Amino acid sequence: MTADRPQSYPLTNIVVPVESHRDSAESAAIAPPQVKIAARNLNFYYGKYHAIKDVSLEISQNRVTAFIGPSGCGKSTLLRIFNRMYDLYPGQRVEGEVILDGENILTLKNIGLLRARVGMVFQKPTPFPMSIYENIAFGIRLYERIPRSEMDDRVRYTLTKAGLWDEVKDKLHQSGLGLSGGQQQRLCIARALAVNPEVLLLDEPCSALDPISTAKIEELLFELKSNWTVVIVTHNMQQAARASDFTAFLLEGKLIEYSVTSKLFTTPADSRTEAYITGRFG
Amino acid sequence: MISIYARRRSIDATSKILMGAATVIGVFFLFWILWTTLRFGVAGMHWDLFIKDTPPPGTDSFGLRNAFVGSLILLSISLLIGVPVGLMGGTWLAEYGFRSRTANVVRFINDIMLSAPSIEIGLFVYAVMVDPMGHFSGLSGSVALAVLMIPIIVRTTDEMLSLVGSDMREAAIALGAPTWVVITKVTWKAARAGILTGILIGLARITGETAPLLFTALNNQFFSKDIFHPIANIPVVIFQFALSPYSNWQQMAWAAAFITVLFVLVLSLVARWFLGKVQVPK
Amino acid sequence: MSESGVVSRLEIRPMSERPKSVGRPWGLPADFLFHKMAVFAAFLVAGVLFATVIAIAFDSRLSIHAFGIWKFLKSSEWNPVTQTFGAFPFIVGTLVSSTIAMVLGVPISFGVAVFIAEIAPAWIKKPVAGAIELLAAIPSIVYGLWGLLIFAPVFAKTEPWINDKLGAIPGIGLLFQGPPMGIGMLTAGIVLAIMVLPYISSIMRDVFLIVPSSLRESAYAIGATTWEVAWNIILPYTRSAVIGGIFLGLGRALGETMAVTFVIGNSNVLSSSLLMPGVTIPSVLANEFTEATTKLYVSSLIYLGLILIAVTLIVRFLAVLLIRRLGRREGAKA
Repeated sequence: MTADRPQSYPLTNIVVPVESHRDSAESAAIAPPQVKIAARNLNFYYGKYHAIKDVSLEISQNRVTAFIGPSGCGKSTLLRIFNRMYDLYPGQRVEGEVILDGENILTLKNIGLLRARVGMVFQKPTPFPMSIYENIAFGIRLYERIPRSEMDDRVRYTLTKAGLWDEVKDKLHQSGLGLSGGQQQRLCIARALAVNPEVLLLDEPCSALDPISTAKIEELLFELKSNWTVVIVTHNMQQAARASDFTAFLLEGKLIEYSVTSKLFTTPADSRTEAYITGRFG
Repeated sequence: MISIYARRRSIDATSKILMGAATVIGVFFLFWILWTTLRFGVAGMHWDLFIKDTPPPGTDSFGLRNAFVGSLILLSISLLIGVPVGLMGGTWLAEYGFRSRTANVVRFINDIMLSAPSIEIGLFVYAVMVDPMGHFSGLSGSVALAVLMIPIIVRTTDEMLSLVGSDMREAAIALGAPTWVVITKVTWKAARAGILTGILIGLARITGETAPLLFTALNNQFFSKDIFHPIANIPVVIFQFALSPYSNWQQMAWAAAFITVLFVLVLSLVARWFLGKVQVPK
Repeated sequence: MSESGVVSRLEIRPMSERPKSVGRPWGLPADFLFHKMAVFAAFLVAGVLFATVIAIAFDSRLSIHAFGIWKFLKSSEWNPVTQTFGAFPFIVGTLVSSTIAMVLGVPISFGVAVFIAEIAPAWIKKPVAGAIELLAAIPSIVYGLWGLLIFAPVFAKTEPWINDKLGAIPGIGLLFQGPPMGIGMLTAGIVLAIMVLPYISSIMRDVFLIVPSSLRESAYAIGATTWEVAWNIILPYTRSAVIGGIFLGLGRALGETMAVTFVIGNSNVLSSSLLMPGVTIPSVLANEFTEATTKLYVSSLIYLGLILIAVTLIVRFLAVLLIRRLGRREGAKA
């Protein structure tokens, strides 16, 4: 977006074995992963409750990073820091830094533009009460004034990217609430993509969906990472194992282990991680 | 034991009969009133009602045109004043004030205004508009009707916006939409059936209001569209004609009452139908 | 879909927590403007209540100055010719007609509410509840028209019977004597009772429906009858809101203008009999306001309005307070 940010740099806190980017998109496959977001010494409070305890981690560009952990471990909280959703709630407070392309987003003034760069998809599908077309156009219009024909193209492009075009192309002007749950969720992903973010945050996007819709969204994640940096929170370990390149395991607000996904699920370094992935936690 | 039981049973049976009878009484009066309004109203129907103005005393012609036009003008201006104020007031309560102390005080006062006798509002507008201006006017009538309607719109808007789930707001905010866009484009839209219901109920409430108009718009025997002077209107015409000794005037009162009741009942039924359609998008 | 339905449904909203949904404005001019417009509207709504009291008090100043407070309240003289005005007959008339309305209306409203909430089979619930609510949608002027031209002549035929039977009872018999005219205090009370019925019953019904089903079920489980559940379980549980609903109906009755004006007979002379014509504050305002010729006369009428406001404001304040109390208790449990 701008030239004055420092060049991105390789991931520093994870040793990345070469084979881990075997299934990445062609161009990215050779290059080592570059840092998109770096969180440093994050602490987060809900009033007096200390929800995130001194977490530092780096999120890699054009990769899928998953946050896992038992419920209440702070994984969603961590995700919501990255586009400052906590701003909505008085009493929620963060300390530390989150560097996005060299800029600390926690001190940014223009949060509107930050949210254009960092899109978010929520647990429950949240189509707006308007047509499918308008759902996509809504986000675009927040940042751009473009003619109708160009808008049509953008809507089609985004819906295609989200793998929804073929299913909805004949009913673009019907209400988005009429779609199935899985379609609604992909509509929300498309809506987030439409404003052309650099990072896409997904907060348990499949927890309200059936297995077939879930599979479609997981496929979609593979597609998305060629263009976007994706961070996903999931309570489903299989999903993290299948769909992500890197996985962070959180417990009680602390980052326990952060590693290449295949390593974390096969040879975890921490005994608590092992306990969790073998199902000894709830 | 058995006698106690029998006694309890008979008390129960008696009470059920009495409560059923109470309901029958209520429904009976509804039908009695509706039936007489229908019978005398239809008997009083005459084409001249819609094309001629109210006749002077002593003639046996018919005409209510000026009163119909006057009422439409009064109601339209009330809507123009009442809907924006009510909508914005309700929006402040639901979206900004929320559960703050101030918001709860405003809600409390609004609830008190909701059941204010209309005659008090008439006196109020007389004191602040008619008296200073020196004469009765259609505009002051509209203001009085708007004041009666606003609390209803505030209440429903507040309630209906509160039903919109915070997920949808978060999703819009996550796209970077500014607050006013979130409210006007997303939450108002999500709650539109409910908000519209409130407006219809408000309109139904003020349609037949007579008392406040006696202190504000008064009446006008002639055709007038001048809102800065007294203006003819259906409710006051009913009041004056019903208490008159002329049979054609009484007939006209019934006809006007019939049309008013028909209008109000249609509004109420449409409102009810809308309310049935209120989906609660969480 | 009466507005009373909305009132009651909303007043008992659960107070459960929900996150504050909209963030701090980000300093955009449009956001700022929108926020200010909303604030303005909200405070306008609240301000009208105070403005009403102040404006009406201000416009009564001539009369307050001329007659004071106690003298005005106690005096029965209302004479435009001599320019002496007193409120006593109007206050008595307002209180008496509303009392009749409550005596007749509250039990019927309770019956309707229990019938709809507890007794009626499902298929009849909705249409009956809808019909009762439609009573609130009928404009008061239509009640007046019907009351004067239809109900009063019918009622006049029963008045000789009332004279004979109730009038013969020693003591309260005084209340039921007089010529059969059809119009008068009792007629006004009856019409008011019908008018407040939908308001009181829909609030009662709505609060009955929020009684936790566990409470209801455990009462039925030990063999209580419907009546016992309604009277011993539901009514005590919802007492404050039920009283609030009654107060709300009372507020309506005290301030009702058009229907009363049509049927009360408009006589400033106090009579011991309920069958005789009477007058209320709203009815005298409706009848005489546009004919009042002198400033003192107008001011005295507005003074009557001030008294009415003072009374109904207290009644409505208590009504809203009592209805909300139940809502809050429910919220605390949720």
